[in-house]
Amino acid sequence: MLRYIIRRLLQGVLTFFGATFVVYALMFANQDNPLQALAGERPITENVRQALTERYHLDEPFIVQYGYYMRGLLQGDFGQSLTGRDISDLLEQAWPNTFRLAVMAVVFAALIGIVAGVVAGIRRASIFDHTTLIITLVLISIPIVVLAPLMQLFFGVELKWFPATAGANPSFYGLMLPAIVLGAGSLATYSRLTRTSVVENLRADYVRTAKAKGLTRNRVIGVHVLRNSLIPVVTYIGVDLGGLMAGAIVTEGVFNIPGVGSQLFRGIGTEDGPLVVGFVSVLVIIFIVANLIVDLLYAVLDPRIRYE
Amino acid sequence: MRGKTAIKISAGLAATALLVTACGGGGDDEAGSSNAVVSIEVAEPQYLLPSNTNETSGSQVLAALFTPLVDYDADNKPVEVAAESITTTDNVTWTIKLKDGYTFHNGEKVTSDSYINAWNYGSYAPNAQNNSYFWEKIEGWADLQSEDPDEDGPQKAPTPKANKLTGLAKVDDLTFTVKLSAPFSEFKTMLGYTAFYPLPAAAFASEGVVKEDFEEAIIGNGPFKMKGTWQHDSQIEVEQYAEYPGDKPKVQGVIFKIYQALPAAYADLAADNLDVLKQIPTENISSAESDLGDRFKKSAASTFQFVAFPTYQTEFSKPEVRRAISQAINRDEIITSVFKGSQTSARSFVSPVVAGYREDTCGQYCVFDAAKAKSEYDAAGGPKKITITYNGDGGHKDWVDATCNQLKTNLGIECTGVAEPKFADLLTKLDQKQPIGMFRMGWVMDYPSMENYLGPIYTTDGSSNYYGYSNKQFDTLVKEGVSAATPEEAIAKYQAAEDILVQDMPVIPLRFGQNNFGHSTKVKNVEMDLFNRVDLMKIEAA
Repeated sequence: MLRYIIRRLLQGVLTFFGATFVVYALMFANQDNPLQALAGERPITENVRQALTERYHLDEPFIVQYGYYMRGLLQGDFGQSLTGRDISDLLEQAWPNTFRLAVMAVVFAALIGIVAGVVAGIRRASIFDHTTLIITLVLISIPIVVLAPLMQLFFGVELKWFPATAGANPSFYGLMLPAIVLGAGSLATYSRLTRTSVVENLRADYVRTAKAKGLTRNRVIGVHVLRNSLIPVVTYIGVDLGGLMAGAIVTEGVFNIPGVGSQLFRGIGTEDGPLVVGFVSVLVIIFIVANLIVDLLYAVLDPRIRYE
Repeated sequence: MRGKTAIKISAGLAATALLVTACGGGGDDEAGSSNAVVSIEVAEPQYLLPSNTNETSGSQVLAALFTPLVDYDADNKPVEVAAESITTTDNVTWTIKLKDGYTFHNGEKVTSDSYINAWNYGSYAPNAQNNSYFWEKIEGWADLQSEDPDEDGPQKAPTPKANKLTGLAKVDDLTFTVKLSAPFSEFKTMLGYTAFYPLPAAAFASEGVVKEDFEEAIIGNGPFKMKGTWQHDSQIEVEQYAEYPGDKPKVQGVIFKIYQALPAAYADLAADNLDVLKQIPTENISSAESDLGDRFKKSAASTFQFVAFPTYQTEFSKPEVRRAISQAINRDEIITSVFKGSQTSARSFVSPVVAGYREDTCGQYCVFDAAKAKSEYDAAGGPKKITITYNGDGGHKDWVDATCNQLKTNLGIECTGVAEPKFADLLTKLDQKQPIGMFRMGWVMDYPSMENYLGPIYTTDGSSNYYGYSNKQFDTLVKEGVSAATPEEAIAKYQAAEDILVQDMPVIPLRFGQNNFGHSTKVKNVEMDLFNRVDLMKIEAA
């Protein structure tokens, strides 16, 4: 077990360096004039351009720039964004917001999605099953760019049940509406996944055996069916958590949460290589850790799975 | 917070600090209470240093913290604020006398040195300040710059010859003189810009070096002082400075709430959680009237949008062709259909916000007349195929396509809109004089003067003359305007220069910007100034 974890972490280190290199290279390839991008529509004077080019090593080849960046990174220095702010400060401020938002979204989506999926699976072809099918189809098919402003207008501005925007230091309550919006797409997937695997497992031999042994219905479903049905769902949730963090870009914009999404958006717009790489690095780490946790959870759910 | 249901009560509790303070101050019925704190939308400022700030969010915040030497009256003429008097006899040497009694927020007295040091810092090239070109006209500026010997190559640019402007001289604590390298009649007008604010001695770590974290808690000489520090991506809070000698603002403080995107700010405004939104997003313009009623306001802004001709390309070298294209464009239709009335048609080359503006200087050439346009276009032998290049990152596709469609229909030619990924790409191609066809351009005013709309964009060596336009007579008129004895004489020269543009049409004026702003029910007297800033002296609690 321990060896497995260590091996996975070492793989993670490789993935980390590979990913930052690729992202840095992509940012560099896309970069033609970051100083102009920063200045917007105004032409920048030659002197400003010169001084900033030298300050940020913009005239050096890609590999040298990457070298400067990595040297700083290994010393724990994420560097500065093109506007002169420490990227570590930006990370420190943005990650907690996005993390809270994504976790709330996952918890919300998992709670409702799994319960709805289990019920729909047990009562296959009932009205409940059909209704959830329709609702989940609708949820999946509305893009978040439409759903987010719509929910904000309805629940935030018209009904005033929730604050219209969450702001920089959002309360639990302020994050609720954005989390529901963000989790809506996942919720649909979770419930469909759960339903399918519950339906499948209900037909399995071990369930028939358990029933034949005279176990109560609750025990059969709660322990035997659910445990096996959750394996694909948990796998998906693990991957999804990372995806939600990266994908919060729209939700964060609509609800004015200064998180990873908005910083990444700004970084890409202003061709700010170090800024983007800094955020993506952390994203990579989260993906790696989330997937490791998912893999380890398999053993809990299914004792037949062993790690070597 | 007087809701009835549990949900409403918890909504109140969970609301942002802004909502709470706004309720505490303006929400109650003490009408006109000067304890009110109002909230204003801004984007995250790039910088908060006068010499480095050139976008509207940063200058909005700085406008609260600093008092300029001059401000502008209803006719957009400069009037002294922090300055007692600004005088000159020859338009070269300007004597600036400061009002006594002004102090920085740390108690330090505002003296001539506060200005001289700040301006020297701003113009010294290695400091890479965005506004450094504002001091260009002052004697000695060139010595503070340096040339990179091999352009962008491996060699570093040498240190400039000097680090102080020779044109700035201290007379006494409250008087200093500014010597320009050439006469400029409107120098006083320039002094209202953000770049010309003073800095306290506390800003400098050593001579000529501004402290690294000075921006985080900047100290100014204005009616408001910073409360706490700049909370990045969240908010910047300012409160009244008790020792301020000038007119007092009518509100106790301002919270500049930082938004990542305008639609979020609009939602907050509609929910009454935000007091002033400086720019209503285009997608909400059509509903703003019904959402906000008379709290939806419009005023003139300084931006100017146009399409330009690469006059160095032979097919566009004839003014007749350019004028015919202008006549084939129905400006008003595009404004209604694409911009939903959020901008106004431009039929002059300078914006209505500057002194000397005349309506419809462009005359018949900007009046839509499809039949006339077509016959003149054909007579002049205009190209059968044209393109309009624009930057794809600026949301210009819709109106460029609409313009192209009008040209297709009205001139019977082929027209396509071509997107360059970024504005910088467009500029690069123009710098290399590539044949890119017609292209879109825009202009934001630096200081309210006709010169700012004519000099940089159309003079032969203008810094933003991308069209290769050159007319000796025009250059001379602008130059004469710059060195004219009085602003009135200058305006006469500028207007004569503008008339030449009408004949030559190096660009087609299309639209003037407009401030489309809105405010909550908690504030009144909300006005926007020429620089897209909320007038903080006038705003008060409702």
